[in-house]
Amino acid sequence: MSGVSIEVRALEKRWGETVAVDRVSFTAEAGAFTVLLGPSGCGKSTTLRLVAGLESASGGQVLIDGRDVTHRPPNGRDIAMVFQSYALFPHLNVAENILFGLKVRRVAKAERARRLDRVAEMLGLTPLLHRKPSQISGGQQQRTALARAIIAEKPICLMDEPLSNLDAKLRHEMRNELRALQRALGLTMVYVTHDQAEALSMADRIVVLNQGRVEQADAPRALYDRPTSAFVARFIGTPPMNLIEIARCEDGWRAAGVENGGTSRGGAILDRASVPVADARPVLLGVRPEDLALADAGTPGIEATVESVEYLGADNLVSCRTADQVLTARLPHRRRLQAGAPIRLTWPARAQHFFDGGSGRRLDGDGPAPIPAISKA
Amino acid sequence: MTRRIEWIHGWLLLTPALVLLFAFTHVPAVKTIIDSFFSTPRGARPATFVGTANYEFLLNDATFWRVLENNALYALVTIPVSIALAIAMALWVDGKLKGRGFVRMAYFAPTVLPLIATANIWMFFYTPGFGLIDQVRALFGGAQVNWLGDPQLVLGAVMVVAIWKEAGFFMIFYLAALQSIPPSLREAAAIEGASRWTFFRRVTFPLLMPTTLFVSINAVINAVRLVDHIFVMTEGGPDNHSSLLLYYIYETAFKFWDTAYASTLTVVVLAILSVLAIGQFHLIDRRVHYR
Repeated sequence: MSGVSIEVRALEKRWGETVAVDRVSFTAEAGAFTVLLGPSGCGKSTTLRLVAGLESASGGQVLIDGRDVTHRPPNGRDIAMVFQSYALFPHLNVAENILFGLKVRRVAKAERARRLDRVAEMLGLTPLLHRKPSQISGGQQQRTALARAIIAEKPICLMDEPLSNLDAKLRHEMRNELRALQRALGLTMVYVTHDQAEALSMADRIVVLNQGRVEQADAPRALYDRPTSAFVARFIGTPPMNLIEIARCEDGWRAAGVENGGTSRGGAILDRASVPVADARPVLLGVRPEDLALADAGTPGIEATVESVEYLGADNLVSCRTADQVLTARLPHRRRLQAGAPIRLTWPARAQHFFDGGSGRRLDGDGPAPIPAISKA
Repeated sequence: MTRRIEWIHGWLLLTPALVLLFAFTHVPAVKTIIDSFFSTPRGARPATFVGTANYEFLLNDATFWRVLENNALYALVTIPVSIALAIAMALWVDGKLKGRGFVRMAYFAPTVLPLIATANIWMFFYTPGFGLIDQVRALFGGAQVNWLGDPQLVLGAVMVVAIWKEAGFFMIFYLAALQSIPPSLREAAAIEGASRWTFFRRVTFPLLMPTTLFVSINAVINAVRLVDHIFVMTEGGPDNHSSLLLYYIYETAFKFWDTAYASTLTVVVLAILSVLAIGQFHLIDRRVHYR
């Protein structure tokens, strides 16, 4: 058993006036771990259900292994699925639950027993086979649901937030286990989650959805390093990227909303050349919290006041107010900061991201990253 | 001291309900058992202790056996049929259906309407010659049938009324049970390629078992208890062919005024019902999955 590819082309789902999935296109490569990521209500579960055939598409196509399956029933698509609620049959024991599909498809008894042994062994369910779902823990129920998906030996496995009902520790363990299992079996996995940390740690490729549309589809690192929109920038990373509204002024760009820009001199925090726009439209400057550093007095930077300090052990999360915006900086905790203290923050030019203030799209497009310098005003 | 006062308060609060329960349930029940060992008092002759004479009479009472047989057949037909119909209707009404609210109401209507009133409507349906059923039959060249007057047909005719009355009531319980089954189970089965019938047989029906147990116990009790339509439609006739146990008890007690024998019949019926209910519980309960 090895994975096959899934291609989703301009997929749409409408319920009356509501558009749940709006011309979504992406490809899940054969044998790859693809994550559909987005806030609740972004259409990620609906997209998965469209791929599974549990909902009928209002438009667009789903291709599995190159064949159009848009109008096929779920069992004609060569998929297995794990549900958020696990969907275990409460009156059947673990073994019967795992074997349900094989019995439906009339797989021979000896073959069923052979596969059950293997899968139960793989997932550590062997001692639990005669228990009912209500008599095992959440993590064990999760494994049972997983076993039911794996025993089908389908090339594709769809998962709808499978870990969201587990506690934090178990969730972390299952993440690694799922990833290892997917690799070992060579499955094509499409995995829905709203947890960006889960997505970053597991995925080969992440499709970020927002309001039914694809915001960005990329490898985790690319998504983190070069978000193509302000939405992705805000969504990926804990804490998320700082976005500062900036406006053009005489000697460059200053933070919007204040005359003096909260800066050391003049008001500009960036010179004109560093921002890749020609006109005077509003722009969002993005800097990740870990890229912010304390600047020494006299060097360039943005002036801010410490609002609160969250101690995390290895470092501190410092909320600072600059003009009318709050920035979060991840700072090493050797500098003891008190609320109310004035500080100056700086960042390397390569850590800057610029987004259009209106559309939210990234401004430097797909071209090489600009190398602007912090204003030396 | 305070504990004692609480204790008194507790009993005082229970008293009104207890008085009513004893006056109308427990004392009459015990009295009935006692009466079944005495003769019926008539005029100046008071009741005398007769031992098991009433029970011996019962064993040789052809009418009792006839009625018991009627009731057994009545139960054996109406219970499974009304349960099967109830499940079928509930599955249908649970689905995505336009005008679902109307259909649910329509199915439940027989439960709400008093049986005395609707039995009269059924009388019209069964009227030989110009009743609804015969009129429809006439369209296809069918002859007149005296549904309620023919000893061969009368029990079947009253069974139909009972099924009509019961199925809608049981449907409500099945509907509630169906709606507590998470839709993801159906989806998981769909992904495995289970047909609708397989899903029903392997998942839905087993998950409905607690409801089936509850409904079937109620159905057994109702098969004995629900005789309103017998009063209106047949009065047990012709020749006791539509008489059921409760109706026979009523006749014995309040038409023939043989209260001692009526007590005996009551005790026997209660015993049969208890055995059935306990048996059902033990037999089915082991196979029921409770969530």
